[in-house]
Amino acid sequence: MSQTLKMTTPLISARAIQKTYTTGAHDVRVLRGAGMTASEGEFISVIGQSGSGKSTMLHVLGLLDAPDVGEVLYEGKRIDNLSEQARDQLRNRVFGFIFQFYHLLPELTLLENVMAPQMIRYSLWGYWKKRREIKQQALDILGQVGLSHRVKHRPSELSGGELQRGAIARALITQPRILLADEPTGNLDAETGQEIMALLKKLNEDNKLTIVMVTHDESVAAQAHRIVRLKDGQIEKAVIASAM
Amino acid sequence: MYKLLICVRYLRTRYIALASIISVMLGVATMIVVNSVLAGFTNEMRDRIHGFLADVLIESRHMEGMEDSEQLLAEVQEAIGEYAVAMTPTVEIPAMAQIEFGTESYPKQIGLVGIRPDSKAEVGSLQDCLASYQPQEVNGEKLAPLRSGDVPINWELTPDAMERRRLVKQNEREWLRRKQMLDYGEDRPGLPVFDDVSDVTSESGTEGFAQSEPEFEDTATTPIPDVADAISGSAETDGLLGRRMEASPFELDETSAETDDGPLPARAFVGRDLVSYLANDQTTGEKHRVWLARPGDDITITTAKVGMTGKPDTVSFNVTIVDIFNSGMSEYDGKLVLMNIEELQKQRGMLYYDRNGEVIDSKITSVQIKLKNYDDAASVIGALSTIIPPHMAQIETWESKQGMLLSAVEMETAILNVLLFLIITVAGFGILAIFYMIVVEKTRDIGILKSLGASSRGIMTIFLSYGLGLGMVGAVAGVTIGLVFVRYINEIEETLSWVTGRKVFDRDIYYFDSIPTHVSPLMVLWVAAGAMAIAVLASVLPARRASRLHPVRALRFD
Repeated sequence: MSQTLKMTTPLISARAIQKTYTTGAHDVRVLRGAGMTASEGEFISVIGQSGSGKSTMLHVLGLLDAPDVGEVLYEGKRIDNLSEQARDQLRNRVFGFIFQFYHLLPELTLLENVMAPQMIRYSLWGYWKKRREIKQQALDILGQVGLSHRVKHRPSELSGGELQRGAIARALITQPRILLADEPTGNLDAETGQEIMALLKKLNEDNKLTIVMVTHDESVAAQAHRIVRLKDGQIEKAVIASAM
Repeated sequence: MYKLLICVRYLRTRYIALASIISVMLGVATMIVVNSVLAGFTNEMRDRIHGFLADVLIESRHMEGMEDSEQLLAEVQEAIGEYAVAMTPTVEIPAMAQIEFGTESYPKQIGLVGIRPDSKAEVGSLQDCLASYQPQEVNGEKLAPLRSGDVPINWELTPDAMERRRLVKQNEREWLRRKQMLDYGEDRPGLPVFDDVSDVTSESGTEGFAQSEPEFEDTATTPIPDVADAISGSAETDGLLGRRMEASPFELDETSAETDDGPLPARAFVGRDLVSYLANDQTTGEKHRVWLARPGDDITITTAKVGMTGKPDTVSFNVTIVDIFNSGMSEYDGKLVLMNIEELQKQRGMLYYDRNGEVIDSKITSVQIKLKNYDDAASVIGALSTIIPPHMAQIETWESKQGMLLSAVEMETAILNVLLFLIITVAGFGILAIFYMIVVEKTRDIGILKSLGASSRGIMTIFLSYGLGLGMVGAVAGVTIGLVFVRYINEIEETLSWVTGRKVFDRDIYYFDSIPTHVSPLMVLWVAAGAMAIAVLASVLPARRASRLHPVRALRFD
């Protein structure tokens, strides 16, 4: 019996994306007709050299940036041309972001940082009504990532690995469908990086969380289900890293 | 919620932003202090003018006044009596006063006002202005007033003044006797005396009756006693001079010392600055008051009346000073002599007599009316205009009479407010600059927030609220400081004077015992609101920049 490729409806897909950045006199064409898809529960890594446009692809997928040409589809429906308000909401509820440099707000405690997306989601009155729920949610997730003992600390008091785990917790609190990770281990040492990867894989398996991860590290990329290679703004080839 | 949380955290952690608030705070405090002091001064001034002028004034356009004053008063009463608390007739004319002091004679220009003290007191605050009703300060000690408050204002001398007058007159007679002895070598009636004696008065402001040795060589320049009267032997003089001859030369008799030392029929309250001045004591160097004339002394008044031929005649008579008038307005205290209206009318021929010589009516130059409710002034003036033709008299409120003075103060206040508000506006630019820096500093965090789904408007709100929060802190601090400063302003002024060695608020120049202040809650509110508005406006530009940041570029920001 040959392996059957599971044909699942893509959860999210980008089609023929072109993106150009204008810096001063130069036009830099970052993406030149690239596209990719991700199905539910997939763990995809996007790899390429710097300047290959991989981060830009991630940003376009997550509606942080708008493509000059091309479409982004979520559950088969186009989302890149929605109103600003709708896009904000999608970013809040559907997508979760983590970045290389964690980016926790320094003025807030870890717990408040994790609760922030919920604070954004609800109005002042709505939040007030749900504040206990939200707090409990945050505590649960922090427990999941192993940070229960650090909830009251400020980001300045946390280590790199803890910060990244905190960022992951923050990304997860709204129960997003898709986690977009931009070089999550780029700023960590190998061991801590591995811890983070283990956490991500666990979340992907346990919660069916779709993860699209950008990295320049081959060994990190190999831990995903599928690798997408970008070169000079175009997809090189899609490789199935391992049959699951 | 995230906006509130972040805004509050920014407020608590960023102390440099508080530096920009200091200028807002100082601007607010200054505005409050300045406005309160200005309002205090203005209110005091208005009170004093108002207290002297009553609410509505009817003033004759003719120096001779309005005829049939009794009937006029009755008509006024009928027309507007329901609105009025009290009214009083006065005769106001320019005049000259001559005050004798030692060997000098001081002629001064005055405003002569004939009043009825009982109704004048009802219309304004006359009793507060009269020295005999105020506590005295003698050599630094506070003594009780010469007259108690429930004694109605009258034209009588206080016992002190009466005694003083008696002593002065006695000294005069003594002086005259000695002079005659020197001149003629014996104590016998001689030629008519053409030069009269000068008043012997005490020198400084003390209540002692220390007399200086009269100078025999000097002669005074008081009005020449009527020779005809002296020769005719009439001991009583009235009309032109009013001064009683000390002794007609033909009656000079040492034994008949029953001369009348009593006050003259014409009595007056004189302005304090008319009969005194401040001088530096030679020995102590401090300022003290030198009195040229005191209650019990006489001064000479000269004024004009329209004579038979239609040309002005002078009218001259003596009045006895009965009390000192101190209203706190230099305009009044240096210029006014208030005298009994009947005497003034008599001197100027403003009285009408019947066949038996009884007074049946008189002329007056103005009526002062105090209203129950000042808002009725317009309708009162309207009602009076119908019974009093405009060519006869001008009817106006006290405010329009003093219009120029009051509107000048108002304009001053307005200009000061604009200037001070500019200070706060300048502070606003400081806030703008600091906010801009904060937005630059927070660029990455703004990117994060946007990646979490925060809207552009939400980001803008964070910074606008931050501006408002800073404005509130500054305004509240400024209001607190300002109010405390106003509350303790006299203590602060004392300390300042002590530190700098100069008198910051010279009580001799200003007519106040303490710096007058008046805090209007509305003013405080406006100042605070204005400061907060400036702070918010200053944060608009940085907030907009923050909201427009591109998430990706913001995230990559270094």
